[in-house]
Amino acid sequence: MAEDKGNGLQSALRRRLLMGLAGVPAIALMPRMSFAAGPATATVNTTGLAVTDTEVTVGILHSATGTMAISETGSIQAEKLAISQINEAGGVLGRKIKVIQEDGASDWPTFAEKAKKLLVNDHCAAVMGCWTSASRKAALPVFEQYNGLLYYPTFYEGLEQSKNVIYTGQEATQQILESLNWVAKEKGAKTFFFIGSDYIWPRTSNKIARKHIENVLKTKVVGEEYFPLGHTQFNSVINKLKLTKPDVIFTDVVGGSNVAFYKQLKAAGIDLSKQTLLTISVTEDEIDGIGGDNIAGAYSCMKYFQSLKNANNEKFVAAFHKMWGEKTVIGDVTQAAYLGPFLWKMAVEKAGSFDVDKVAAASAGIEFKEAPEGYVKIHPNHHLWSKTRVAKALPSGQFEVVYESPELIEPNPFPKGYQ
Amino acid sequence: MLGDYSLTDLSSIFVMQGFAGLILFSVYTLMALGLAIIFGQMGVINMAHGEFMILGAYMTYLCSGFFQTYLPALFPAYFFVAMALAFLASGALGMLVEWALIRHLYKRPLDTLLATWGLSLILQQAYRTIFGPREVGVELPAWLIGSVQVTDTIEIPINGMFVMGVTTLITVGVALLMYRSRFGAQVRAVVQNRPMAGAVGIDTEKVDRLTFGLGCGIAGIAGSAFTMVGSTGPTSGQLYIVDTFLIVVFGGAASLLGTIASAFSISQTQSTLEFFLSGSTAKVITLLAVVGILMLRPQGLFTLKVRR
Repeated sequence: MAEDKGNGLQSALRRRLLMGLAGVPAIALMPRMSFAAGPATATVNTTGLAVTDTEVTVGILHSATGTMAISETGSIQAEKLAISQINEAGGVLGRKIKVIQEDGASDWPTFAEKAKKLLVNDHCAAVMGCWTSASRKAALPVFEQYNGLLYYPTFYEGLEQSKNVIYTGQEATQQILESLNWVAKEKGAKTFFFIGSDYIWPRTSNKIARKHIENVLKTKVVGEEYFPLGHTQFNSVINKLKLTKPDVIFTDVVGGSNVAFYKQLKAAGIDLSKQTLLTISVTEDEIDGIGGDNIAGAYSCMKYFQSLKNANNEKFVAAFHKMWGEKTVIGDVTQAAYLGPFLWKMAVEKAGSFDVDKVAAASAGIEFKEAPEGYVKIHPNHHLWSKTRVAKALPSGQFEVVYESPELIEPNPFPKGYQ
Repeated sequence: MLGDYSLTDLSSIFVMQGFAGLILFSVYTLMALGLAIIFGQMGVINMAHGEFMILGAYMTYLCSGFFQTYLPALFPAYFFVAMALAFLASGALGMLVEWALIRHLYKRPLDTLLATWGLSLILQQAYRTIFGPREVGVELPAWLIGSVQVTDTIEIPINGMFVMGVTTLITVGVALLMYRSRFGAQVRAVVQNRPMAGAVGIDTEKVDRLTFGLGCGIAGIAGSAFTMVGSTGPTSGQLYIVDTFLIVVFGGAASLLGTIASAFSISQTQSTLEFFLSGSTAKVITLLAVVGILMLRPQGLFTLKVRR
């Protein structure tokens, strides 16, 4: 698999290089002026960012090594694809984007250190990066101190808002509330059993889910269990499921535990075509490791699935596969990461400047109609208005969308009554 | 929490819970056997033990792909081939590592900790480069999937029973090898007194290499078996390493029987507590109990009585 990817990358690069070379003779024909098509650098960059007459520097800060590489690789690929597409279409304010990529190495202090390097040494106009909440929390003070701009792709627990961050993933209420309403209505669910990994995101998400189930849906949570990250033995909790027989198993288990959980669930004879399971932590990326057969029938709530049927998405999937290989799957966060560079480009163009203060101020109200997930818009709280979708896992490892919220859902990172 | 359920429900849950405990026991034993040989017998603190397990898991992954493509008729039996290959691959890598790295460190056992930790990082990145950073899914033959319906309400997972079978076979095999064979006698002689063992004509270097290889090979088999219940990715080995050391240290480093007894007590405590409390709390209490007992008995549950 890895070799396929490698070859795909090389040939894609080679093709683009060749295309680039083919264009070289044309340069001589162009008038000198064409390079300075955009507005003068002095007017669009008053704060000393790395912007020249022809180039603007943007950072990418994800883990390419370590535990998180499994998840963050997709985000890196999506961001590079978006940037190459923006460059092919003429860049931002007439300037091509130059990428400086740093490796957070799955280590949170490293994220802070590299963020500082990207802002202080490289003067990046924006940074696409971070994945886990822990890495974002580590890098956030750096972005606030040095007034940088971070585009953060992961769905997360909320309870945060910063002038210096644009959150392109969902905060918890956007992911959870609609899907709980759906399962209550569609499956007549009355009892829920929560199973999660033991850290901030599952605990906050489950707190929100519990409040919604108890106060709004007026139904019951019959169990709530947390396991240390990396836990691999779930037979005891599976027996508890057999004893309590909940209508819905609601899971936010992550990482290697996720794989073990679904394999053992299947082995224990819990048939997901009869037992409703709703998860907020499984995308196409995770199914690669879990195995489609082991999780077929489970429902996942996300805002994006690779199988979404719309023209934007078909274009995106085709371009992604062309750049990174046919076998690569695209999960929710990968799509959210793809939005970052475009949202930044539009905010820069609206502001008519690369200055972080102006771009941040111009961000609210930015609309992106070509997003693969469909129309999105930036809220004044720097999160995205987006839809919630529920989809059923198929044995092939893809999802079949069974529900889509009719309207865009307002991001609400500090939900009242849910804390 | 138990008041609302009928007697049949409860009794079948207790049976299944008993099996859950036994399955956890076999998983722990299988994890720890290889390390019990390497750490227990040789005194090498092998932090890369998890990575040797994952090598076995990747061999299984390759094997399943190979059989699906070229020998679909034999697919149902591929798991046995995969386990044999996993043993050979991990064992061979183990002997190579022993020759290149470990044998220079026998006099500095604490340094093996650092050296093998570095080795584990190297192996992880190597897996990431070769197999990609994402986890791979291992396709299982149909007969290993699902559960046996014992009664209406009692179901026992087949792959759990398979792991139990494998563990029993390997434990018996290792016990026979260590305590009933000529090789085992040589291993124990080298462990107890290296110069004397050399003096009576035992090729201590060869014994060391084979012992280390054997330990790694068993890790490979464990990794292969765990593809049924766990994840296979470059860093999956890290999921097992802490528990593995815990079991070996708690059992008393130099004793195979201790390892088994410790795997049994830890797994039963863990799985019973998990049923009545939550997963994280169960882990905390188990670890506290282990710490408490080790404070009273620093040498672990069982120890060899030898003159040092």
